[in-house]
Amino acid sequence: MERLGGFEIFLQVMWQFLPVWIGLIIILGASVHFRSRLGLYGKLFDSTIGIVGLVIVLFWVLTAIFADQIATFDALDQVSGMKNKKPGWPVTGLEGQHYLLGGDNLARDVFSRMVYGSREVLVIAPAATLFAFMVGITLGLPAGFYGGRMDTVLSFVANLVLAFPVILLFFLLVTPEIRADGPEFELWGGHKWIASVPNLMALFLFLFPIIFFVVLWVSRYSTQPQKLTIYLAVTLVIGAWAYTGLVFNADPLGLFYMDPNLLNIFVSVVFVNSPTVYRIVRGVTIDIKTRDYVAAAQTRGERPWYIMLWEVLPNARGPLIVDFCLRIGYTTILLGTLGFFGLGVSPESPNWGQTINEGRKLLSLYPHLALPPALALMSLVLGLNLLADGLREESLKD
Amino acid sequence: MGSFLLKRSGVMLLTAFCLTFIVFFLTNLDPNLEKLTKSEGNQRMTDQQVESWLVRNGYRQNLVKRYGEWLGVAPGWTRTDPETGVVTGRCIRGGIDPKEASTFCGLLQGYWGHSLVFKEPIGGIIIKKLGLTGWLMLWVMIAMVPMALLIGVIAGMREGSKTDRSLSTFSIITTSTPEYVSGVILIVIFASRLGGLQWFKGTAASAMDNITFENFFLPVMALALYGMGYIARMTRASMSEVMTEQYIRTARLKGLSFRAVVLKHALRNALIAPFTVIMLQIPWLLTGVVIIETLFNYKGFGWTLVAAVGNNDIELMMAASVVAVFVVLLTQLISDIGYVFLNPRIRVS
Repeated sequence: MERLGGFEIFLQVMWQFLPVWIGLIIILGASVHFRSRLGLYGKLFDSTIGIVGLVIVLFWVLTAIFADQIATFDALDQVSGMKNKKPGWPVTGLEGQHYLLGGDNLARDVFSRMVYGSREVLVIAPAATLFAFMVGITLGLPAGFYGGRMDTVLSFVANLVLAFPVILLFFLLVTPEIRADGPEFELWGGHKWIASVPNLMALFLFLFPIIFFVVLWVSRYSTQPQKLTIYLAVTLVIGAWAYTGLVFNADPLGLFYMDPNLLNIFVSVVFVNSPTVYRIVRGVTIDIKTRDYVAAAQTRGERPWYIMLWEVLPNARGPLIVDFCLRIGYTTILLGTLGFFGLGVSPESPNWGQTINEGRKLLSLYPHLALPPALALMSLVLGLNLLADGLREESLKD
Repeated sequence: MGSFLLKRSGVMLLTAFCLTFIVFFLTNLDPNLEKLTKSEGNQRMTDQQVESWLVRNGYRQNLVKRYGEWLGVAPGWTRTDPETGVVTGRCIRGGIDPKEASTFCGLLQGYWGHSLVFKEPIGGIIIKKLGLTGWLMLWVMIAMVPMALLIGVIAGMREGSKTDRSLSTFSIITTSTPEYVSGVILIVIFASRLGGLQWFKGTAASAMDNITFENFFLPVMALALYGMGYIARMTRASMSEVMTEQYIRTARLKGLSFRAVVLKHALRNALIAPFTVIMLQIPWLLTGVVIIETLFNYKGFGWTLVAAVGNNDIELMMAASVVAVFVVLLTQLISDIGYVFLNPRIRVS
């Protein structure tokens, strides 16, 4: 069988991404059609940079969703005789199949590993960013609104974390040793929980989303007990359920579960990102609390938390949405860094950073090992940055 | 100004204490100590032997006391063996008579400990490695800062123009390319057979003795590119803001050329904000330095940090952390002070 030429590889790769192209056309078509009703998202289509960013980000999101259809092999499949083979090499023993972007040093398909790698990033990065935002908002709003001693203490702690060199923090915080160190507790159903540093951090950080939503509902619906009860019940049930699963690894139904490795990474990334979000929220709150509508709400006799969550926060959404996009990009880079140093990821995972690290050792001989994940990571971050830029431009217009 | 400096330095010292204590706590977790014991003794030690080794070597004291010893504010531990009567202690080493050994031996007394990996006193290692990284940083700064400022100023001069658009896109692309990606791409293009150019070397190991354009260009560029985009964007924002100020309009209306307006009136004011960013970029470069030194096999400070972590070299890790933390805090202080000096609108009472 013949090795594929450059153009044939290109065609074949494009063909493999077919579900993504179809998805892109549907989403973009619908968005352009209904753009006038879509607020800030609709306005994004006025800016070229924004469109380019959106397309790249959507491309990777759809790739992550349809990874099973796009990938030609499993991320862990090893085919003998395919070690370090060049792009387009025919697979031994399989008629008409090719390693589109070549094989890695364990004879796995580089293309499929790159596709599956997108799944790893696009699950963790947005979720970790969301958690960081919950922490940052819940602490930043009162710090900016009240000021005073609480602000001083919180800001000192935030600056403390920010002064920590990120890479050092990761080296110290994401290790197999730290996960196993601490007193052990017996939980229900034979589950055990170790009070290690990452687990304790999860215990603390994962509380914030629950606190955020509880305060959000209480501040809004305190005069409508019926509605309040429903919202609170739903929040607390789901919150407690997820909390037992994620923090204690003891979800009775087994739906919420996080690998200890993953939890370690997740918590560290949230921890690194939260102080910056806190600072942004605090700054915006200090600016917005002097506005007339806040004064009006105060004259109406609204409670402070209502003003913070339902007057200040919605008006701070512009900078926060922009920072959210940027921060997902930054988190992607951080996850890549972690993978690059082999921290907290299992050796066979198709994580982009780790694949780059494995490929770099043979870079001058076999560049095709490290290049695809490197370009994938770069394009995803670029898409997010362009999207953020487009959003900033459009949100400044009104 | 005096009280401002005093207050800032006070906060800085407090931060340094907190951070070093956290690092001390994290590096001295039980599993790390166990690993240390086994590498000092032998791998087949029983739990009991490990425990007694740790007790004998002063690792089983209160954490705060041990932090104090490490810092040099608490007297180093001493222990008389109940059977042989031999006195051992933190400060009793290298055949010193126990009676003559000093009471305090820690960071403040200049005792940084002994490295397990390099089998050398840590103070010397740190200075040597910092020197190597210093050269890398110097060249990165020389490449990055002028390029970033130039791009930012040109882009911000006429906001919304075509030049602005293309330069801004360029800076977004560079900020989206972390060092481990740009390093890989640069090596493939300029140093591998696939790229075909092979102008530069894909490793900087020889740059430790002799820096040449050939072996240092790629690591410096990989670092400079990632940091550059951010500074350029800040400069652009600051420049375009200055260009809309009243005094720029006045200068234009009194008949000055665009060139003169930019050079004489806009530039100084536009460069205040980037100065802060450049200083704050230094700690940010630290992560990049660790990545790039690993990627290009340049055995400087970042490489040492990785080696220390990989080999559980606790004292070297502590020393490297202290240096890293102080670099970060010092640059923050300098950027604060510089901002106050440069900006005539801020007066600290």
